[in-house]
Amino acid sequence: MTHHLPRPEAQEAAQAFQNAAAAYDEAAAKGDMFRILAEGGQVVRPELLPAAETRLHLYRQMRRARQFDERGWVLYRQGRLGVFPPFGGMEASQCGTAAALTKDDWLFPTYRDTGAALTLGLPIARTLAYWRTSPHGWQMPKDLKVLPFYIPIATQYPQAVGAALAERRRGTKNVAMAFIGDGGSSEGDFHEALNFAGALNAPCVFILQNNGWAISVPTRTQTKATNLSHRALGYGIPGVRVDGNDVLATWHVTREAVERARRGEGPTLIETVTYRVKPHTVADDPTRYRTDEDTAGWDEKDPLLRLQQHLLAEGILTEQSDAALQQEVAEEFEAALAEADSYPDPQPAEILEHVFAEPTPQLVRQRAELLEEV
Amino acid sequence: MTTETVTTRTMTMVAAINDALDIALARDPDVCIFGEDVGVMGGVFRATDGLQRKHGVERVFDTPLAEAGIVGMGIGMGLAGLKPVAEIQFAGFLYPALDQILSHLGRYRHRTRSRYHLPMVIRAPYGGGVHTPEQHADSPEAILAHTPGVKVVIPSTPSDAKGLLLAAIDDPDPVFFFESIKMYRSLKEDVQTGHYTLPIGKARIVKPGDDVTVICYGGMVEVCQKAAEAAAQAGIGVEVIDLRTLVPLDLGTILASVEKTGRVVIVTEAPRTAGFHSEISANIAEEAIEFLQAPIVRVTGFDAPYPPFTAIEDLYRPGPLRVARAIKKVMAY
Repeated sequence: MTHHLPRPEAQEAAQAFQNAAAAYDEAAAKGDMFRILAEGGQVVRPELLPAAETRLHLYRQMRRARQFDERGWVLYRQGRLGVFPPFGGMEASQCGTAAALTKDDWLFPTYRDTGAALTLGLPIARTLAYWRTSPHGWQMPKDLKVLPFYIPIATQYPQAVGAALAERRRGTKNVAMAFIGDGGSSEGDFHEALNFAGALNAPCVFILQNNGWAISVPTRTQTKATNLSHRALGYGIPGVRVDGNDVLATWHVTREAVERARRGEGPTLIETVTYRVKPHTVADDPTRYRTDEDTAGWDEKDPLLRLQQHLLAEGILTEQSDAALQQEVAEEFEAALAEADSYPDPQPAEILEHVFAEPTPQLVRQRAELLEEV
Repeated sequence: MTTETVTTRTMTMVAAINDALDIALARDPDVCIFGEDVGVMGGVFRATDGLQRKHGVERVFDTPLAEAGIVGMGIGMGLAGLKPVAEIQFAGFLYPALDQILSHLGRYRHRTRSRYHLPMVIRAPYGGGVHTPEQHADSPEAILAHTPGVKVVIPSTPSDAKGLLLAAIDDPDPVFFFESIKMYRSLKEDVQTGHYTLPIGKARIVKPGDDVTVICYGGMVEVCQKAAEAAAQAGIGVEVIDLRTLVPLDLGTILASVEKTGRVVIVTEAPRTAGFHSEISANIAEEAIEFLQAPIVRVTGFDAPYPPFTAIEDLYRPGPLRVARAIKKVMAY
């Protein structure tokens, strides 16, 4: 299965950016966010619709992510998966953005960005292993530049700047993409990174997923700002606000930002306006801090439903081919689960490995002490 | 028979550091140096003087003023295969970057099972004795030594500084390189020209002696040498050990000396509680208590912020007199 779309040619990309820039400006002028596909699958920017193949690709990636999220809940309840942060409802925000990368690019995901990591190509089995707290989940594939999910908030942003600058120093056209949430955009590292990226013209794409909540704290308590994409202005870099539940819009905007970065035109901040429909983690109880009204209406905005309706209406998908695709995605997941089940448990001494290239005398000694214990 | 000629040049410690950085830049295109004021100005202590002119702005560059950003960006550069050498202007300015260091720098190899490792060096001038303003004289080495996954190196001579810095840049893992501000220009010696390295994790016996072991590093080595000279006048043989690296710690050299002398004084300019001196003390208690003929004495700063009061600064930072008193105390027990 191909995980990646072809890179657009330079001229095509430049033209698309012209079109898109006009569209972003138009949306911003109305105080609105950029979108291509509205609720109900209604196309609001027909001139910006990507090829049918691309739309189908994005649909498949979102299905794979949704499959992980839904099965993850069940596996957690069965005690077969550890605590993990669900992301259902945010697939357009994660898959549409990550789909704009190739395997030569860097991805710095937060703990909630399983959908983005899967889209870039992180194997499902490794991802399950990570949330099972198995060292097999810490072993990132050698053919991907995806980092393990970041638990501390915002630390990944300056690191993405460094990776981007290293690519530039090596003379490649590769970019680095980093994720953060609305809560994370309050951290100092977020602001330092945006400033560094602007000042050093790093080929970086910053995705700010505004999903409404930082655990129990709503965005309005987090900040007085109402448009987080404006944060880019203070650093002299472009900021775009996009409907985070419209995968065609997130893909379109991110692809433009990625190509801009490849051309040496510097970083972009993209705010994807979405919603964390589910709790912070599977162990969290959101009824303590939010009401049903808070979440009402977001199901209709579901990114999968929206694209599905559109694809069916356009005939790109039929009831039959949709069912087949979903079946295929489900089978892919179950095969990966079986693989994850086959990973052996870690050995006790593994906790002292991989601290340094060569263990210090202190680690050698502690290893002996540990082995005496077991 | 051929004789290998080793050429030398007289250098201060800061000149030796500059020489090491120059050599590292020349021999490896992946080495990059960055930080506040390191480029055009050559660093507030001139440790990077002339390097940008010689090696270009892509290799030696000024960053915005933000320590977390500097370390975080360096981590990303290291992930992508470069050898970042970051300068934090003063060790007391390191604190905003602690999240990057504790959460990531020390953990990357571990949390990716060696898929990624960080060959990063962070240089930071540290310590007192030169009458700096507030925050400029801190000695936070124990915080770093307590962080798994990072090495801590603190040289005390120009030759050591050069050889250890070149080793740190070659090291595949992150190394903190603390440079005593007081030592930057306080002594000169003949330093070997060209590339050479000293092993990280090997202490140096500065001066052998049979009666008391004095353990120190960095800016305190000079102080302890003076105290040892004074003790020698009184007929006390002091063995001065310069640790050179705290992580990994050369416990073997320490224990061999303690077995010989049976008396220990540990000297640092960091605050007393939970300092690295306590770590050494605990190791000796665990491994060599039967050889001790007197309680271990620590000579340290105090559990108070370092005072920037020129007139009384020397009360905080141990001087030869305090070390000499401690030597007397362990001898009299």
